[in-house]
Amino acid sequence: MTASVSLEKITCTFASKSGEGSYTAVRDVDLAIADGEFVSVVGPTGCGKSTLLNVAAGLLRPSSGSVKIHGEPLAGINRRAGYMFQSEALLPWRSALGNVVTGLEFRGEDAGAAREKGEAWLERVGLAGFGDRYPHQLSGGMRKRVSLAQMLILDPQILLMDEPFSALDVQTRQLMENELLELWSANRKSVIFITHDLEEAISLSDRVVVLSAGPATRPIGEYVIDLPRPRDVSEIRLTPRFIELHDRIWHAMKDEVLKGYAQTRNRTTS
Amino acid sequence: MRKKLWIWQLVLLVAIFAFWHVATHPELIPPFVWDNPNRAAFFFGEPVKIFKVIVEWFAGGEIYPHLWVTLQETALAFVIGSVLGLAIGLWLGLTPFASALLDPYIKAMNAMPRVVLAPIFMVWFGLGIWSKVALGVTLVFFIVFFNVYQGVKEVSPVVLNNATMLGATRRQLLRYVYLPSATSWVFSSLHTSVGMAFVGAVVGEYLGSAKGVGYLIHMAEGSFDINTVFAGILVLTIFALVLDFAVSAAEKRLLVWRPTQGETEQAL
Ligand SMILES: Nc1ncnc2c1ncn2[C@@H]1O[C@H](COP(=O)(O)OP(=O)(O)OP(=O)(O)O)[C@@H](O)[C@H]1O
Ligand SMILES: [Mg+2]
Repeated sequence: MTASVSLEKITCTFASKSGEGSYTAVRDVDLAIADGEFVSVVGPTGCGKSTLLNVAAGLLRPSSGSVKIHGEPLAGINRRAGYMFQSEALLPWRSALGNVVTGLEFRGEDAGAAREKGEAWLERVGLAGFGDRYPHQLSGGMRKRVSLAQMLILDPQILLMDEPFSALDVQTRQLMENELLELWSANRKSVIFITHDLEEAISLSDRVVVLSAGPATRPIGEYVIDLPRPRDVSEIRLTPRFIELHDRIWHAMKDEVLKGYAQTRNRTTS
Repeated sequence: MRKKLWIWQLVLLVAIFAFWHVATHPELIPPFVWDNPNRAAFFFGEPVKIFKVIVEWFAGGEIYPHLWVTLQETALAFVIGSVLGLAIGLWLGLTPFASALLDPYIKAMNAMPRVVLAPIFMVWFGLGIWSKVALGVTLVFFIVFFNVYQGVKEVSPVVLNNATMLGATRRQLLRYVYLPSATSWVFSSLHTSVGMAFVGAVVGEYLGSAKGVGYLIHMAEGSFDINTVFAGILVLTIFALVLDFAVSAAEKRLLVWRPTQGETEQAL
């Protein structure tokens, strides 16, 4: 069976601004996501998670290696993927509703129908009645939810999500996580989910991939999460199997997190 | 506080006119600069007579065609200059080769004092409104152009990537991302560019025309009618204020999406 997304021997080297020297963020990364699989990627800050996601989206061309989508080499933008960015990505001059329906407009869908769909999606992410607000009039968490609706309304087969819920409070976050799981189990999409939060990774995923600290980041561990589905993200955290998995992965990660932190510090201070 | 300020501003205005009146009206106070009591009025006009001229202009309806011409010239110069600036700014912002090629020429044209082009435009476009519009356009164009160019360069790459991932074609990127971003920069320079369109119109009229408020001032100067000159200047100033006010209103409507500081409602 061919993987939905497969990164093969991906290496990304960034030239530094001053011209001399370069920084290899990720080296020889292999990562395959099966059709309908939910994979979380965790790793210390600055290790190259967003870089890998940009490669999978076709926004960044790797220095070497190849990306295959359903077995076909990716050229240009990955049209089957929806991407939820780590930083602010809404169009500031469009209202919340306008932002949600942007993708439909790009496809040339009928404005009235798009509007209706958009309203429904706003309601689903808990923003009914906020449709005419502009992004600057929304809170950070609300903006994230608009981004989520903006991506999901297009019903992409592959979801690329870069720390989507890190700006939310715990309650809203768990609501959104459950909502995401529900949507995902309704029509199984392939998901690459990036997070700092190991608990979030375990409670959502089929598989957790741990990345080493940079430079030359690569996966150092893969853990199959065999927790039963359907899950409730807040309840599942209390089960013994969850705690066992968490302990195992956390032990493997701890050294890398410390290393990553030290390296980032050295890079900025030296 | 706001209300009080408004009152003080009015008091200051009245004071200025009172001082002007007292200092220029012959034999109201003993002459202190010139021996001849009529000199001050000759140089600075007399507010009462100036207001009389203005009232006559408006009551007799004589001023309206002139105002209308000036307004037309200003509006045309603004619209044509903005559209050209927007189009060329977008084009050069998105094509690095063309912008690198044309860079020195644009800098040179911007550095040139464009008022000296007025006589040339009169030769090209005649003494009607179009020579004034052309002068205004050269002034407005560069302001808008530089703002749009900057706006295109500073579009957030994440927003661009997001639109790309949502399936935007190149055309749609232009329409949904670059154009709104660029227009927001145009609007941020709206006050300056409307002001420049106005300057172009009035200077053009002043240098040679048969209509417009600038022409009225020019004619009055020819006959040393200082009161009429000042009346023209006052009318122009009020006209500019009204324009500026209209621009502020338009800005408020069109830039609602823009974050501004302190939007909370305050209890009074
Ligand atoms: N365009 C670029 N030019 C130079 N260096 C870059 C560029 N993009 C990323 N990097 C470097 O590559 C490394 C990985 O960046 P990336 O954004 O992928 O990290 P991350 O894992 O997403 O971090 P975080 O969890 O903090 O978001 C960082 O050290 C960063 O400095
Ligand atoms: Mg990142």
